[in-house]
Amino acid sequence: MLMRFASDYVRYVLKGGRTYYAWMATLGVLILGMLYVYWLQNTEGLIVTGMTSQIHDGLYLANLVFLVGVAAGAVTIVFPAYVYHHEGMHKVTVLGEMLAISAVIMVMMFVFAHMGRPDRLWHMVPPLGIYSFSSMLGWDVLVLNGYLFLNAIVGFWYLYSLYTGRPVNRKIFMPLVYVSIVWALSIHTVTAFLLATNPSRPMWFHSMMPIRFIATAFAAGPALIIIAFLVIRRNTKFWIDDSAIKLLTTIVTWCLGIALFLTLSEIVVELYARTEHANGLYYLMFGLHGLTALVPWFWGAVVLMVASFVLLLMPAVRNDMTKLPIVCAMAFAGIWVEKGMGLVVPGFIPSPIGEVTEYHPTFVEWLMTLGIWAFGFFILTVLLKGAIGILLGDIRAGGPVPAAAQEVTP
Amino acid sequence: MLPREGRAGVDLGQGPEAHGRAPRVWRGRLTDPPAGRSTARALTWGKAERAGAADDGCNKAAAPGVAPGVPRPQEDFVSHPVPPSAQPLPPASANPAAAVEPPPTRRGFLRSGGMLSLSSLMGTATLMASTGEAKAAVEWAEHFQKNYRLMTPEEKDEARLRLEKRHSLEYGKKVSVDTTGPQPGVLMGYALNIRKCIGCRRCVKACVAENNQSRGERPGERIEWIQVLRMERGTFTAEKMDQGYPEGLGIQVGGNAYSPSGTVLEGQYHYEPKAVPEKDATYMPIACMQCEKPPCVKVCPVRTTYREADGPVVIDYNWCIGCKMCMNACPYWARRFNLTTPVLPKEDMNPVTHYLGNRPRMRGVVEKCHWCLQRTRHGRYPACVEVCPVGARKFGNLLDPDSEVSMVLKRKNVFRLKAELNTFPKFFYFYD
Repeated sequence: MLMRFASDYVRYVLKGGRTYYAWMATLGVLILGMLYVYWLQNTEGLIVTGMTSQIHDGLYLANLVFLVGVAAGAVTIVFPAYVYHHEGMHKVTVLGEMLAISAVIMVMMFVFAHMGRPDRLWHMVPPLGIYSFSSMLGWDVLVLNGYLFLNAIVGFWYLYSLYTGRPVNRKIFMPLVYVSIVWALSIHTVTAFLLATNPSRPMWFHSMMPIRFIATAFAAGPALIIIAFLVIRRNTKFWIDDSAIKLLTTIVTWCLGIALFLTLSEIVVELYARTEHANGLYYLMFGLHGLTALVPWFWGAVVLMVASFVLLLMPAVRNDMTKLPIVCAMAFAGIWVEKGMGLVVPGFIPSPIGEVTEYHPTFVEWLMTLGIWAFGFFILTVLLKGAIGILLGDIRAGGPVPAAAQEVTP
Repeated sequence: MLPREGRAGVDLGQGPEAHGRAPRVWRGRLTDPPAGRSTARALTWGKAERAGAADDGCNKAAAPGVAPGVPRPQEDFVSHPVPPSAQPLPPASANPAAAVEPPPTRRGFLRSGGMLSLSSLMGTATLMASTGEAKAAVEWAEHFQKNYRLMTPEEKDEARLRLEKRHSLEYGKKVSVDTTGPQPGVLMGYALNIRKCIGCRRCVKACVAENNQSRGERPGERIEWIQVLRMERGTFTAEKMDQGYPEGLGIQVGGNAYSPSGTVLEGQYHYEPKAVPEKDATYMPIACMQCEKPPCVKVCPVRTTYREADGPVVIDYNWCIGCKMCMNACPYWARRFNLTTPVLPKEDMNPVTHYLGNRPRMRGVVEKCHWCLQRTRHGRYPACVEVCPVGARKFGNLLDPDSEVSMVLKRKNVFRLKAELNTFPKFFYFYD
């Protein structure tokens, strides 16, 4: 039965219109580019990137941190669906889980891109390798893999139950769902700890980091989900309820508001006293010793975040399903900068011995980043297409069922 | 071994000669040690009888009577390789299980020495016959070896021989890879007299020559473990007295007499003066502090970097995955990343290496100062201590009350860098 499920799923996913193939081919080209620069990085070394011994994390870690947030953001669907029994959300929960799976896979790709020796990854995995409980990176790997596993199990079990028509065993299924909800918080908290537990980097050494990460994650994640939902509504027969999109919009708005508030608090606290520990933030906002590479990034992000927050407060904008994706894209881009480049890079400027240098990502890094995103979207497209196929009843044991006969709740 | 003639000391052009100060010898200044222990103590930092290998060639080679800092003729490494397992006492270990190991007998010692020379002979023979295929096989085996600390003595020996073979082939000379462990009763410590440092940076150059760092031309290819930070003395002028901020409001919040002066860690280490020391500057050398609570070790996900029982924090380069978390965690910017395959010309390669120390590194791993384990485990000074022309650098056993470092801690005003971070460096700064 499982084999039948897999083959039906794959056959459905392989079929598509011209736009579908064009989209997948574009992504495929970018993925090839990524493979090339990955090969380059692992023969030449990371010297082909803009990273140095002073600034040894850049675009890759920035994307990693951001995408962990996107993965965690899927909980904004799962939580209302299973805890508040939100009707519209319940229908689409599985789509959120598919997004989480793709985001975690992207995170892992960025980990590989960031590492100097990805060929030695097995050193982390017992029994051949060593697992260190004192290392935040070790914990991060653990929670991320756990999250991937949980979402894959919960998501595909649900889809499989729809496929076969046999309901899931709720005694096992529901605890897994609740664990995955708490687990979503853990992945982003541990990622925040990964940066925040370094007193050597005053820019990151904040107890505010985890909550700020969660707030920005629950703005960026659902923002992407809204865009995906609107694309699905436009391009497939699958209808996503307005109530689900409206709830997500509310979550985006207020998490964005909290994120802005936290950023403002940090600026006041740091710049009022203006100790040496504020140099990183000062560099980010105004530049230091004449070096200002990140200043446009920061203010660009502020403009995007404030503007999208204000726009989301206007009913005329947030209820308009043509304007909403634009605002969501603005919020998404703003947070990508704020918590990616705007957080990771100034942690290294100045260096612990006071050296001020700058980081300029190279073409290799941009291509790698683009390629990994393309890979993520490739997986996301496949997963969403398959999931929608099952939700619509196109993929069923014993052939597709007519649209009216669906509605199965586990 | 030290400054290879012409590399570390002489061609600098900014040494003490350049500014008319005779190189000062540290021996005379430190609490006048009794005459009886002068030569032996001056050139070996540990007790000779404890090091146990007084005849192992390396102590002998440190020509007695020559003041440290004056370039000595280069030793002949090839004829006097340090026997890697030639220590009569078992290595001290942080692992309690290893501590009960019985010390090897003299006969065992001799036998292992014999085996060693036999195996190195065989190694040389295979070396002559080996091809690129053999090299690939060695690299393949290296890829699957364990974390160094978890290896059995036999596995360590295997790993050592593999490396010796590969490096000898690669650099066209007999390369020795020492695996001497920590000595019992030794806790290494370092003290630096910041009042004496003249900023000549011979330590930096000597360190690079000794420790096989990458020395290419591209920015990512140059690696130096020591930074000598140049600190401005700062000037205060009467014109600035009345100025302040905010301007023009009558009552000031602050003044403008805040020229940078002796600001710790706002220094510059890329300075090119005609002569050192410069009038308007002071110097603050900085390198790995070998912390007792090293943040870098705590964050390592694969435990490839760890504190050895005699103090230094070391890295098993073969186990490092290049995640760079340790570089995030280090508050002293002591760690460097090999962005590409290190550029190490054959003729500049120092063939006397230690497994956890200065053996050639590979692309994608982190490296840092290890207090010249290949020297200090055999009672010799680190290269930077030996080369310092003003004797600003002191090294010794913190457990020995008579060692220079213990003397400094007892009698001088001492501080540690960023003490508020609770890393407890074993690198102390002092002034007299």
